[in-house]
Amino acid sequence: MEIFDLFIEAWPLLFKGVQLTLLLTVISIIAGTTIAIFLALGKTYGPKYVKWPIVVFIEIIRGTPLLAQLFILYFGLPPYGLNLSGFTVAFIGFTVNCSAYTAEYLRGSIMSIESNQLRVAQSLGMTKWQGIFNVILPQALRRVVPSWTNEFIYLLKYTSLAYMIGTHELMTQAKFFASRNYEFFKVYLIVALFYLVLVVFFTNIFSWVERQFKIPGFEFEH
Amino acid sequence: MSEEKKTILKIEDLHKSFGDNEVLKGVSLSLNKGENKVIIGPSGTGKSTLLNNVNRLVPPDRGRIYLDGEEITSQNINKMRQEIGFVFQDFGLFNHLTALGNVKVGLTKVKKMDKQDAQDLAMEELRRVGLEESAEQYPAELSGGQKQRVGIARALAMQPKLILFDEPTSALDPELIGEVLNVMKNLAKEGMTMLVVTHEMGFARTVSDEIIFMENGYIVEQGPPKQLFNNPDTERTREFLFKLTELYGEGDE
Ligand SMILES: Nc1ncnc2c1ncn2[C@@H]1O[C@H](COP(=O)(O)OP(=O)(O)OP(=O)(O)O)[C@@H](O)[C@H]1O
Ligand SMILES: [Mg+2]
Repeated sequence: MEIFDLFIEAWPLLFKGVQLTLLLTVISIIAGTTIAIFLALGKTYGPKYVKWPIVVFIEIIRGTPLLAQLFILYFGLPPYGLNLSGFTVAFIGFTVNCSAYTAEYLRGSIMSIESNQLRVAQSLGMTKWQGIFNVILPQALRRVVPSWTNEFIYLLKYTSLAYMIGTHELMTQAKFFASRNYEFFKVYLIVALFYLVLVVFFTNIFSWVERQFKIPGFEFEH
Repeated sequence: MSEEKKTILKIEDLHKSFGDNEVLKGVSLSLNKGENKVIIGPSGTGKSTLLNNVNRLVPPDRGRIYLDGEEITSQNINKMRQEIGFVFQDFGLFNHLTALGNVKVGLTKVKKMDKQDAQDLAMEELRRVGLEESAEQYPAELSGGQKQRVGIARALAMQPKLILFDEPTSALDPELIGEVLNVMKNLAKEGMTMLVVTHEMGFARTVSDEIIFMENGYIVEQGPPKQLFNNPDTERTREFLFKLTELYGEGDE
């Protein structure tokens, strides 16, 4: 079959897969980033008993393969009576990963902010946490955008791992389709192209967003 | 000097050590309403530590500090800080906010002032330091002198009872020092109570009511500029002032 005809035939299935891929990416990045903010603040400013659990959590997540984490949740928990759907496991796994990595980026960004900014905020009568939310975080979040964009792109591609745990995202749909017509090479080529188009699309969206948020003194470095 | 003799700042027997390094060894001073006092002294003498002790950015070990009759403690510190302006050597502008935003942020976030009122007041303070035209510029777009004037406007906007200045011009290129000193001079004229660490002798001579000479954690000598320059009690004061004048000039103001 010609690759173009294959594409037309595969479209409905692959489109469904893309939708799930995007859904998974977007909700994981939103949840993950939200958690990351708390992790980064806790690790940077929290008392010891907040800081150390966060350090351990981040190191474990960053130090073990994502696929292993997904398998533990998906295959390891049912014997203990916890049956999570593939989608739920994927969502949890990606969220947790995104939160650990983004927390580290964000912490780096917080540390890069001039150390006296918080003191100045306090000199105006802000509490430490008012200073953190009004002065430190707005600057740190701006600086973290480039790393966060990379994280989004990684995550978008990593969602393909969800096919190993029975989630019908793009990769899974491609496998279904290819196993019907045995055009593995062409089908996966089409799928790779799908990812490429998505990545290019989002990269452009984000650099547009970066331009909107750009203020003098906060030029983003890539 | 102001007619009114109301004491705004009173520091009693202040002590502060960093580990084994005893930086303040019992410092006392007071500042009446509308008074302007300049602190001078060699590097590492504890001048910054003294100012930072007043608003507890660095808490003192021992001694008492009163603002307008009320003792400053760790309990009331956030309220007290609103009434004590602080102008930093390195400006300390918030880099993500415009000049106007910098002046406004304390009003909206700390004083919870209405947005429009805060905007108007902030604009007025920028005008006072001659920067209404730069209101929408970010710190990265401002010169050092402009940044420091924004820093002063930000302190003023809180309508403090007292402003502490920690070497406000020593990070500036020489040609930019004048514009900042002028703003400070006007404030002094308007009756603002100010405690200023500076080595600008012109300012000290012509604007301050008293010069306080600190060394090794003590106040060596304090008095009106004329007295310290012409007729100091200690040889050490004479020496130091002589050195300063050599380094920074007479300050022909
Ligand atoms: N946070 C700190 N931890 C430890 N030591 C400190 C700290 N802050 C200041 N010191 C020490 O206290 C002493 C006094 O410092 P301080 O900054 O008050 O001096 P200064 O008179 O303002 O000097 P300069 O003219 O250089 O600004 C110095 O020896 C300094 O090293
Ligand atoms: Mg100092």
